[in-house]
Amino acid sequence: MSTIVATQAQEARSSSGFRFAMLLPGALVTFLLILFALGLVLFLAFRGNDGSLLGVGLTIANFATVATDPLYWTVTLRSLVIAGLVTLATVVTAYPVAYYLAFHAGRRRGLLLFLVTLPFWTSYLLRVFAWKIVLAYNGVLNSALIESGIWSEPTLAFLNTPAAVVVTLAHAYAPFAILPIYVALDTIPKSLLEAASDLGARPFTAFRRVVLPNSMPGVLAAALVVFVPTVGDYVTPAMVGGPGSTMIGTLIQSQFGKANDWPFGAALSVCVMFVILVVVLVARGADRRFGSRT
Amino acid sequence: MRVERAITKRDGSWLGLYVLAYLVFLYLPVLLIPLFSFNDSIQAAFPLQGFTLQWYQTLYGNPALSGALLNSLVIGVIAACGATLCGITVSYMDLYGRSPLAATISAIARLPILIPGVIVGISLLILVNLIGLGPSRVAIVLGHILVALPTTVVIMRSRFAAIPKTVREAALDLGASDWTTFRRVMLPLSLPAVLSAFMLAFLISFDEFIVVFFLAGTEPTLPLYIWSQLRFPRSLPTVMALGTVILAVSFIIAGTAEILRHRGLGAQRRNSA
Repeated sequence: MSTIVATQAQEARSSSGFRFAMLLPGALVTFLLILFALGLVLFLAFRGNDGSLLGVGLTIANFATVATDPLYWTVTLRSLVIAGLVTLATVVTAYPVAYYLAFHAGRRRGLLLFLVTLPFWTSYLLRVFAWKIVLAYNGVLNSALIESGIWSEPTLAFLNTPAAVVVTLAHAYAPFAILPIYVALDTIPKSLLEAASDLGARPFTAFRRVVLPNSMPGVLAAALVVFVPTVGDYVTPAMVGGPGSTMIGTLIQSQFGKANDWPFGAALSVCVMFVILVVVLVARGADRRFGSRT
Repeated sequence: MRVERAITKRDGSWLGLYVLAYLVFLYLPVLLIPLFSFNDSIQAAFPLQGFTLQWYQTLYGNPALSGALLNSLVIGVIAACGATLCGITVSYMDLYGRSPLAATISAIARLPILIPGVIVGISLLILVNLIGLGPSRVAIVLGHILVALPTTVVIMRSRFAAIPKTVREAALDLGASDWTTFRRVMLPLSLPAVLSAFMLAFLISFDEFIVVFFLAGTEPTLPLYIWSQLRFPRSLPTVMALGTVILAVSFIIAGTAEILRHRGLGAQRRNSA
């Protein structure tokens, strides 16, 4: 009897030690590096800039500047439009690929999935740089157009435009969009498709009324994972966008660099997180409307 | 069967063509980098000027480059170890810990997907300055653990979830402690996923630029070195030679990680069938 109690006590002790050891790394990373660090950004956003690390005083001047200076409205709006266009382009072009993967790929599915996700694991910087080669004045697109005799003069019209930013970002984030949509399509119960077909729905009607609504959670997830990194991007605008394509990420980056106004940069970051929060909530609401199966 | 015919056959070949065009769009710009790295011209333009290996020769005996490479390798391995350790423990406790704390940690660990890199970068910059660390290699490691964390958590979680519950219960019923069950049963069963998570975390760290930009001290990583070289048109062919090597290595590592992940899942499927 006493030995049993002893083992149980020992068990409980080792168990709590085990739990502590297993929870510790995750707790440290999530609470310190994520929550505490984000808390610091929020705190700093309400401080004045005196050149010190955590600023001085308690003020909403940073947010007042963001709200009143038209520059920030323009840049924020531009970031939203560019990120929105990139999201739309990636999701719309990725959907047929995900559809093919889910319903047509057959034995090639594994290989195709691998091919589609492979670019995701290669350097983002290099993928952006590749577009610079394509779009530059003496770049691939210009030299191809001249070689083929379509144009006689190289044009500057490709590089350093917001359109270049959209194309480059859409290319860089394409693999993000395919997987969530594919997973959503793949988990649609086959019986639903059979029912639609048995009840006389033509293929397009079955797609519009059954497949598309059921894949909406995947589409929304895809939109989110493309929208979030693109709205804060500062590398692509710097490399292929030119001065007319400054995005909100560029402004945040310069506050922590050249401009050296950390509290203001923190306030801009809080605004971006707020915009993302709104987008997430809207996506959540839409997800519920479409009757998420997850 | 009938459904397959109704929905699929007719538009299948159209879609196949579209997927092919999509893959070309996906790969063509990336493959231009190796193409021009062998081109005997300082400009990346058609027509090609002839084959050369001179840009690869410029990669040798470049102390700034080899320093950045070594830096990236060391940071990548340490960050991947950290991210994999966190991925394993967070997802294991999320599935088997039966505590709200573990579930919360797991949810927060996947949160960085919803935070743009620039904000991850500046929040960590403030943090490392506050604790007196400053921009440094340690700061980069912390940043990369964070960036890779969602990936390792998702991979490990799906792997642990695929192991039949009865396996763990049997181990516990036979008197194995929590620790023994984890170390001797669950961990060996998910070894391919652990390796896969480690490799992908390494790749994420090795290629990462947006966060590292804020956290690097005096020793740049490879992407920062590339970024600094992109300003000089004269060094572009060298950058493309370097980029080709990085692409090749990334493809090999990502391919191996994929095979490992599938081997694990395939073995699982065979066992349960």
